[in-house]
Amino acid sequence: MEVPILKQGKVLIATIQAALSDADLENLRRGLVEQVVKFRSLGVIVDVTSMDVMDSFASRTLREIAHMIRLRGAETVIVGIQPEVALAMVQLGLTLEDVATALDLEEGLAYLNEKFKTTN
Amino acid sequence: MSKRTQVFTQVLYPDFPLLRALFVSDIPYVALEAGPTKCADLAWRELMAKRDTPATNLSGEPQSELLRELVAHLRQNRTQLREEWVQRITETRLLTAMTKEEIFAEATSVYDSYVEALETETFEALQAYARNLSERIIPRGVETHEVVGIVLLLRDVLARSLFAKYQTDFKKLNRILDAYEPAANRIANTVAVGFVQERERVIRQQQEAIRELSTPVLQVRERLLILPIIGVIDPQRARQLTEQLLRGIRTNRAKVVVIDITGVAAMDATVANNLVQTVEASRLLGATVIVTGLSPEIAQTLVTIGVDLGKMNTVGDLQGGIEQAERLVGYKVIPATETR
Amino acid sequence: MSDVEIRVPINSDQDIVGARQKGRTLAAELGFSAADATLIATAISELARNIVSYARRGEIQLQRIQNTVRQGIVVIASDQGPGIRDVAQALQDGFSTSGSLGLGLPGVRRLMDDFEIASIPGQGTTVTVRKWRP
Repeated sequence: MEVPILKQGKVLIATIQAALSDADLENLRRGLVEQVVKFRSLGVIVDVTSMDVMDSFASRTLREIAHMIRLRGAETVIVGIQPEVALAMVQLGLTLEDVATALDLEEGLAYLNEKFKTTN
Repeated sequence: MSKRTQVFTQVLYPDFPLLRALFVSDIPYVALEAGPTKCADLAWRELMAKRDTPATNLSGEPQSELLRELVAHLRQNRTQLREEWVQRITETRLLTAMTKEEIFAEATSVYDSYVEALETETFEALQAYARNLSERIIPRGVETHEVVGIVLLLRDVLARSLFAKYQTDFKKLNRILDAYEPAANRIANTVAVGFVQERERVIRQQQEAIRELSTPVLQVRERLLILPIIGVIDPQRARQLTEQLLRGIRTNRAKVVVIDITGVAAMDATVANNLVQTVEASRLLGATVIVTGLSPEIAQTLVTIGVDLGKMNTVGDLQGGIEQAERLVGYKVIPATETR
Repeated sequence: MSDVEIRVPINSDQDIVGARQKGRTLAAELGFSAADATLIATAISELARNIVSYARRGEIQLQRIQNTVRQGIVVIASDQGPGIRDVAQALQDGFSTSGSLGLGLPGVRRLMDDFEIASIPGQGTTVTVRKWRP
């Protein structure tokens, strides 16, 4: 199942569904990097509201995505982590420490806008 | 000494009804030692299924007479029987939460109450005592199976002493047991039920306390939550608070949370870990956590479990924490040169 | 008494999602809270992923369990893969907290109440974890 990527100004928004396969995640990574380059995006929001489980693989992949996008000059924000998922993650030791996080889409956009202002 | 007598003195954990049946018959048998737990198990089930049976008296000797004799025997041999009982308790590794001195002290009280209940055939005093005893030992971590176990051990020790005393007179032994058994069973029942009821009461009380202490997550400013924690935190409550806080962050769309632990005296490693996890989980929900009221002791605990306090956002007191939180919520981008 | 038993063959990464969803459903049926159900599903996901990554195929077994005072769930992740040479090291923390190294076993142990592992190099690995309903 392909992950839809929307463009909103200088920001790309990818909304992940619950049952994502490895191949889907791989496609997402490629898709995001391509589009960041194509649109000269400054920010990417990955919405994981529908993810009911975040395991070490998913966490690692998201960090890799953020890393690659940063190499292309854009900032990534993960939004929508559910309280129960956050609890499981920290117990598993997954803190996503080098990736920005926000409560939801609105907060994610606010964070990016703030960042754009200060870097300009 | 007849063969039957010899076999009896070897019986270690008698199953009363079976034994009685064998007594009056001529069937030879082998007695197996079932072990106290299994015996307690069997005996307990027997207890539960039993109704108060009127004591049958084979020779017409008045019940009260027998009981008096029984009680006299138990009082005379008090020291020895009590010691034997305590010995049994330690052997079977019950009441491990208590010291030997404590066990002995309680054993004395229980023994005396037991004998008194046998004598008076009233159980109210025993009930009260059982509740009182339970109040004292439940916080020590004593469990139901231990209490049932020790009472049944006492029953066995006393029964065995009766066997020993009346072994030459089976008919007499039978009658004594007729008097003893129902009362002994009733006593075991009373003590066990008393203990369980007390335990249930304590659990209800604890649940109430948890609910009372359950701190509401307070929203004092927009996007700012305060979680004041007061009192004793055990790991269960800590988890409860974490879940509550995370849900609160989502509901109130909080950007900053001030967790005030001024009212917390001490924290063990588990709860300290939980605090760290709470901070990390809050960040995943996009909220910054400021911890205020960190005592030197708790700071030490955190350092011990490997927390880098430099990375944790801490402020001395709640007021200062709220001020910093407001600055953060105001979302002013703080230039790198200005710290705190 | 274990009247409920679910076996999920793990042959590819796509089976991971199925296994954890079944785990979540069973946990909900057993009365676990949403938070605990997530912990269980996450543990299943980790264990299933290990199977896929290191053994290529195996099985996740889910069962309801009960002792005298409470009930719970047991997850048995088994495979006939290469096995773990140094179990002690695999269970050491720091080796997996980055999420990118190792099998994440210390993490799984933190999520669940009971944890057992048996592994024979060249023959396979079985990880058994349990969570009890409070």
